[in-house]
Amino acid sequence: MSVNIAIIRFPGSNCEFDIEEAIGKLGANAHIVWHQEHDLSGFDGVIIPGGFAHGDYLRCGAIARFSPVMDAVTRLARSGGPVLGICNGFQVLTEAGLLPGALMRNAGLRFVCETVEVEVTSNHSPLTSQVALGTRLRLPVNHGEGNFTCDEATLAEIESGGQVVLRYVDNPNGSLNDIAGISNREGNVVGLMPHPERAFDLVVGSDDGVPLLASFVRFVEEHVASHVAVGRA
Amino acid sequence: MSITDITELISKDARHVPLGLLDKEYGSIIEVLGRVPTDVELAMYSVMWSEHCSYKSSRIHLRRLPTKADHVLVGPGENAGVIDAGDGVAVALRIESHNHPSFIEPYQGAATGVGGILRDIFTMGARPIALMDPLFVGPLEDAQSRYLLDGIVRGVGGYGNSVGVPTVGGQITFDRCYERNPLVNVFCLGVLPIDRLVLGQASGVGNLCVLLGSRTGRDGIGGVSVLASAGFREDEGGAKRPSVQVGDPYEEKRLIEACLELLDAKLVVGIQDLGGAGLACATSETAARGGVGMDVDVLAVPRREPGMSAVEVMTSESQERMLAIITPSSLDQVLEVCRRWEIEATVIATVTGADESGVGHLRILDGPDGPVLADVPARSLADEAPLYDRPMLEPANLDERRDTGPANALVSSDYSEDLKSMLVDPAWIYRQYDHQLFVNTIFGPGDADATLLRLAGPGISHTRKGLAMSSDANAAWCAVDPRRGTRATVAESALNVSATGATPMALVNCLNFGNPEHPQVMWELSETVDGMAEACSALSIPVVGGNVSLYNESAGRDIDPTPTVAVVGLIDSVVRRPPSIGWIARDRIILLGERSANVGGSRWARDVHGVRTGQIDEVDLAKHKVLCEFVAQLVREEAGAEVAPGLVHGIHTVGDGGLGVALAEMSVASGVGCEIDEIVDHRELFSESVSRAVIATGRADELISRARSMGIAAIAVGVAQGDRMRVSQLVDIGLDELSSRFHDRIERALGEIASH
Amino acid sequence: MNFDVSVLVRGVEGIADPEGRTIERALGVLGFPGASAVRVGKIINFSLAADDLASARSEVVEMCDRLLANPVIERYDITINTAPAS
Repeated sequence: MSVNIAIIRFPGSNCEFDIEEAIGKLGANAHIVWHQEHDLSGFDGVIIPGGFAHGDYLRCGAIARFSPVMDAVTRLARSGGPVLGICNGFQVLTEAGLLPGALMRNAGLRFVCETVEVEVTSNHSPLTSQVALGTRLRLPVNHGEGNFTCDEATLAEIESGGQVVLRYVDNPNGSLNDIAGISNREGNVVGLMPHPERAFDLVVGSDDGVPLLASFVRFVEEHVASHVAVGRA
Repeated sequence: MSITDITELISKDARHVPLGLLDKEYGSIIEVLGRVPTDVELAMYSVMWSEHCSYKSSRIHLRRLPTKADHVLVGPGENAGVIDAGDGVAVALRIESHNHPSFIEPYQGAATGVGGILRDIFTMGARPIALMDPLFVGPLEDAQSRYLLDGIVRGVGGYGNSVGVPTVGGQITFDRCYERNPLVNVFCLGVLPIDRLVLGQASGVGNLCVLLGSRTGRDGIGGVSVLASAGFREDEGGAKRPSVQVGDPYEEKRLIEACLELLDAKLVVGIQDLGGAGLACATSETAARGGVGMDVDVLAVPRREPGMSAVEVMTSESQERMLAIITPSSLDQVLEVCRRWEIEATVIATVTGADESGVGHLRILDGPDGPVLADVPARSLADEAPLYDRPMLEPANLDERRDTGPANALVSSDYSEDLKSMLVDPAWIYRQYDHQLFVNTIFGPGDADATLLRLAGPGISHTRKGLAMSSDANAAWCAVDPRRGTRATVAESALNVSATGATPMALVNCLNFGNPEHPQVMWELSETVDGMAEACSALSIPVVGGNVSLYNESAGRDIDPTPTVAVVGLIDSVVRRPPSIGWIARDRIILLGERSANVGGSRWARDVHGVRTGQIDEVDLAKHKVLCEFVAQLVREEAGAEVAPGLVHGIHTVGDGGLGVALAEMSVASGVGCEIDEIVDHRELFSESVSRAVIATGRADELISRARSMGIAAIAVGVAQGDRMRVSQLVDIGLDELSSRFHDRIERALGEIASH
Repeated sequence: MNFDVSVLVRGVEGIADPEGRTIERALGVLGFPGASAVRVGKIINFSLAADDLASARSEVVEMCDRLLANPVIERYDITINTAPAS
């Protein structure tokens, strides 16, 4: 059975085609869904791709969270559905309150596009559930505002709750505790600054993004299977 | 009107002067119209007949460039050149300058340069997938140059990243001739299904012209005539600030998507971007190309601020606007697509027929049935600007300036230090640019001699084909002999593309020169065009587009002639990452091409010793073509096979900085040093004789014999090994030091890491 | 009634402000060593039609809470003036 994954497209998204191709290669059905849609029924999981959703004016992701589709994304997330936000998508998820914390301007005050090393530090997310702890991956980052921050209480909570799923080996943006990606407490919503879909073929330098996105697709499949089972019980 | 009448009129009436028009140009306008122009007409002529829009000083020379080949679908004269890449896919390419605006306001100047070139590409129906930005600024030691570099880089990144087009290549040149006149050249490439190709032309009487995108404001009025068509006087930067345009990449992003959707749905008859000279240019050019007229209702144009005059509306250079020509029956669908993308769309004009003598008139009306503010033959604005054969003068002291004697007599006390001082890693620049979007980037900036992308893009499925591109310029080579220097520049660019396994297919150029009213500058321009024509003909590379930027002068001093070229090539099959800059331990290091001990025109002579005289070696273009083909063949064998033959482990062409810099960069990239015993003369280390490449191989004999069988000189110069770069008795540098001097150069100069 | 609204958005106390720090360093280099605690924020100005000052204020507070500021990293100050009659 092939699962259906919605890729949300805001007017300023730009990584939607890249993630569509990557998800397609993993055997899932990827559909690009316009941000004005209200309904995500029929979709088993959601990916919010990178880009500059509304030009990143005001704050990255601040305006995107009010697009009609975000109500549907929130409902899906609250009901345990798998949601992944990459780069700008991560920013949108924090603005929407689906993930804790916020992403500030890089400490170096410059946009950073390079390939960095990250370490998998928790399996408590759709992205990392199938990847061995301690695995190091080479992934591209590409952002001006990837500097993760939150208050101390939140930090203590996400650290102790296994919500920090990826950490930079060599921090490119000043993020708190070298955090590159986090999940929500329930472990079904995950966001990260690096771009796994950009590391999908050795011809372009790295295929280290494959295990992460494969894990996400597998998580969606298991989510669907468990719901089907529950439905039948 | 008689000549005397006109002369008398002009002498009494000086209103053309502040618009940058000469008396005789004003006279021509009166002659064309048979009367004195209205204010709106005069303003439109002044922008359309500006150097920037009309190429009036350069057109006569540009005709000498070879532009034809079977695979050329669209040559110079349209918004972009287009070539056939096979399998129903075409590639659109163009390069432009945004030099003057970037000096006045570096962030917005560079940003709007990116915006403008993108519109030139998607107006052809192509989706922009790659940008390259050759930049030229004053030395890093100069505070203003550092400020300009920072602003320009932020501007290119700020716009390109946000609009969603990766910046995959470029180059940075530091030289004192750009100190008060930086050059910002921007290249863009797009891909399209051939059947989406569309031209910037109006047709069909009764068809509607819809203005898409931003509202029209007072920004950039007179930018082309006052700003880009005259030099800077001392401290004039501030006073010219009002003509700065501000870019909005988010608007442009939506404009790209909306336009491509309109084109995919076949809702558009013709489409044209609004750039320099704004609406005056877009309406007159589309009408002139289609041989029709146009009635423009200037009151219908949505404005950003109240109280704008018709002159301001017609000549404003507000960014992020397009003009689409559509049939009335498709208007509702067009408006629906634009509504979805939140793009403002307004019908502002109607296509009209030509008059009885076949002339299409551009009429500007104040309201749909309002008074006629302008009525001019569209062609007279777009195609009939004055053509100048400006005086040319060969500099008097050429022989002296070309003499290689002084440069070749130079010696240094520490060649290691010389070499270290010449290393610059541009990573500080390209780290600020998204260079990976669309996941096509096989070789991005800094990886290889040219950028290599998968030939693909949204809507164009991945094939095994690769698209290589390299932008190159070397003003020092051109300063004393523009013809020879340009031949070498084209040759270098072709070899860079070949070094990724690709066959060069097309070239676009951006000719950055000084004041064309200086006869020496016109001589430089003419020589450059001849050199380019010779090299392109010999190497079978058609010129499919270009841009000329004149008046690059500051305080009366012209920049050195800086012809930038961008060569694009294709490779049939990339299944593995081809070899690039670097080597592996124990490789033999082979130099392909002729040895040279001439440091005339080299960066070593110029930057280390301040000697700017002397010229580089002449390129044997016939031999060079053989070298390009040989190198491309070697790399193709490695890239195209599932199991690589493994003959070539690394490759790097020899150019700026000579063999020394090439070997240093290969050492740094691979983390393996080298032992070079064959080079004992420092001049051989720093000579910039082009048509040469360094190859690292484990099978030296095989490689050398293959090269020699093609008539290509090949010698082993050393071995890759250890953690030092050693060149006989000349150079001995630890890899760590070599690496930090290379990587940290710009950051140290900008104070972003502590000075050593 | 018409009101002129000005919303000043700043980082919450204690949060890193690299831009402010960079400006502070630059001011020092330029010969203003006395400048300290530099913080960078943004001002959002707009006109607002509302029944009275109280309802204008409550509307602006809601705008700030929902869109104009992110409470995780930002706080805001609101200034409202009655617009001069046009």
